[in-house]
Amino acid sequence: MDQDIILETQGLGKEFRGFAAVSDVNLKVARGSIHALIGPNGAGKTTVFNLLTKFLPPTHGRVIYQGEDITALQPAEVALKGLIRSFQISAVFPNMSALDNVRVALLRVAGGSHRFWTSNRQLDAYTDRAMTLLADVGLTDFAQVLAGELAYGRKRALEIATTLALEPKLMLLDEPTQGMGIEDVDRVTALIRRVAEGRTILMVEHNLKVVATLADKITVLARGQVLSEGNYATVSQDPRVMEAYMGVSADEATELEGAHHG
Amino acid sequence: MQAHDLNQTSLNVVRMADSRPNYLPWGMALAVCAAAPFFIYPVFAMELMCFALFACAFNLLLGFGGLLSFGHACFFGGAAYLSGHALKVWGLTPELGILFATAGAAVLGLLIGLVAIRRQGIYFAMVTLALAQIVFFACLQLPMTGGEDGLQGIPKGRLLGLIDLSATVSIGGQQLPLALYFFVLAITFGGYWLIWRTVNSPFGVALKAIRENEARALSLGYRVDRYKLAAFVMSAALAGLAGATKALVVGLASLTDVSWHMSGEVVLMTLLGGMGTLLGPVVGAVTVVSLHHELSSLGSWVTVTIGSIFVLCVLAFRRGIVGEIAHRLKKTF
Repeated sequence: MDQDIILETQGLGKEFRGFAAVSDVNLKVARGSIHALIGPNGAGKTTVFNLLTKFLPPTHGRVIYQGEDITALQPAEVALKGLIRSFQISAVFPNMSALDNVRVALLRVAGGSHRFWTSNRQLDAYTDRAMTLLADVGLTDFAQVLAGELAYGRKRALEIATTLALEPKLMLLDEPTQGMGIEDVDRVTALIRRVAEGRTILMVEHNLKVVATLADKITVLARGQVLSEGNYATVSQDPRVMEAYMGVSADEATELEGAHHG
Repeated sequence: MQAHDLNQTSLNVVRMADSRPNYLPWGMALAVCAAAPFFIYPVFAMELMCFALFACAFNLLLGFGGLLSFGHACFFGGAAYLSGHALKVWGLTPELGILFATAGAAVLGLLIGLVAIRRQGIYFAMVTLALAQIVFFACLQLPMTGGEDGLQGIPKGRLLGLIDLSATVSIGGQQLPLALYFFVLAITFGGYWLIWRTVNSPFGVALKAIRENEARALSLGYRVDRYKLAAFVMSAALAGLAGATKALVVGLASLTDVSWHMSGEVVLMTLLGGMGTLLGPVVGAVTVVSLHHELSSLGSWVTVTIGSIFVLCVLAFRRGIVGEIAHRLKKTF
């Protein structure tokens, strides 16, 4: 359809035993943009992510990626098309070094990971590229460290490096700054801005400051439905959004206010 | 410039470990095994090798694939029946009989794997156990398996139609079945080499990633079910190779080899020796089978003794014998 829309959902819905976690969500993610999905806890943000990446099958609606209906595909097939997600809980391979985390992603791209009869020296060929990716996220000195032993913020950075190894067309980041200290948040924010060049990013994010800094477009979800959509100025002044946040957490409402004025 | 230097230095450090065979331990192991029949009862030594290969095959799935199968006896014992039938009824040569049985175990592994792979953790274990019980009852009831008696008097035949495997060589007043022994030795080392190769291959790396974090591997585009199924089939085939060889060695395929006790035994061997290490299952198998052998005078107290040893082992060193030593030495065998 529209060349500038990389991902679109039509009437997307998911019910769990009659409970509608997500209903009638129509999203349009513009190519090359950073699109944020925000909303109070339990609004269905992560469920939407799982529906987009096929980790959950939708009850209703369709997902269209680059003009192709991907509703019926499997998670790995979606990933092969360049739609790569991260997870809310940091997703690394804990007993592999940071370098090997990236190399195993590069191995998937290069192919040959079914070969059980050749030496794993094949992976040495990916070392240079992996080191470059690690350098991009500031992990050069941690290449040999087991991923499970990295500090939280570095695990998230490693996750981004691993995702970048796949040269994704669309990155879905599930709360990339969750649980991070202020320095880490700033670093990851800068990192996302940097890697967003030439890519499209759809992110779920709680930290409204991060959203205000990064997002070109924001979709606010509440109770599984789209409540408001637009740029930060539009969304933050929408009374329904204020109410949705107030209703759940006064902190987040003041944060929203503060971020808007600041 | 700086980044370039760093890449150069790290290149030397970051080669994948263990990717090239260290010939010394392989040579030593081969020498020890080649000398063994002159010091211990050859049939017992051959049985040890078969069980060691069985445990290694099981460990490929549990230790490197992260999948706990509670039905591996059906591949081990099932292949024993298949090779027994092929050798006794069809009169195939031993290498063809064993190949046929191994292929049969692979097909059985594919069928059971396709069902079991859909479940995880304890459910996976239960599905494998249930399907293995079906195989057990088939072996009990089918007319060609000999029921409670099993298949007895399986002929050794001639290897490639040339070498008589039942021939013995008289050394120091002892009759040693050296032809059979070295045939079994070759099979065991071949199987072990294949497992070593698989673990240290690109496939092995992908399998490790899947074991570590399945959802993440999936999101990177790995079709995890295919890898798990491949590991399952390979493990089943190698367990079958071990069982088929054992049937040739002892000339018998019985219900013992296909029962759930045997499935439990191989779990025990692997955990005792060290899950996820290459050498651990060998040590575990040798320990368990030797204990059974040495303590056979105790009758049913063998089970109690081995059970106690197992409990002590799990409490004292969770990583198993080899796993614990490797951990202390910070090295992977």
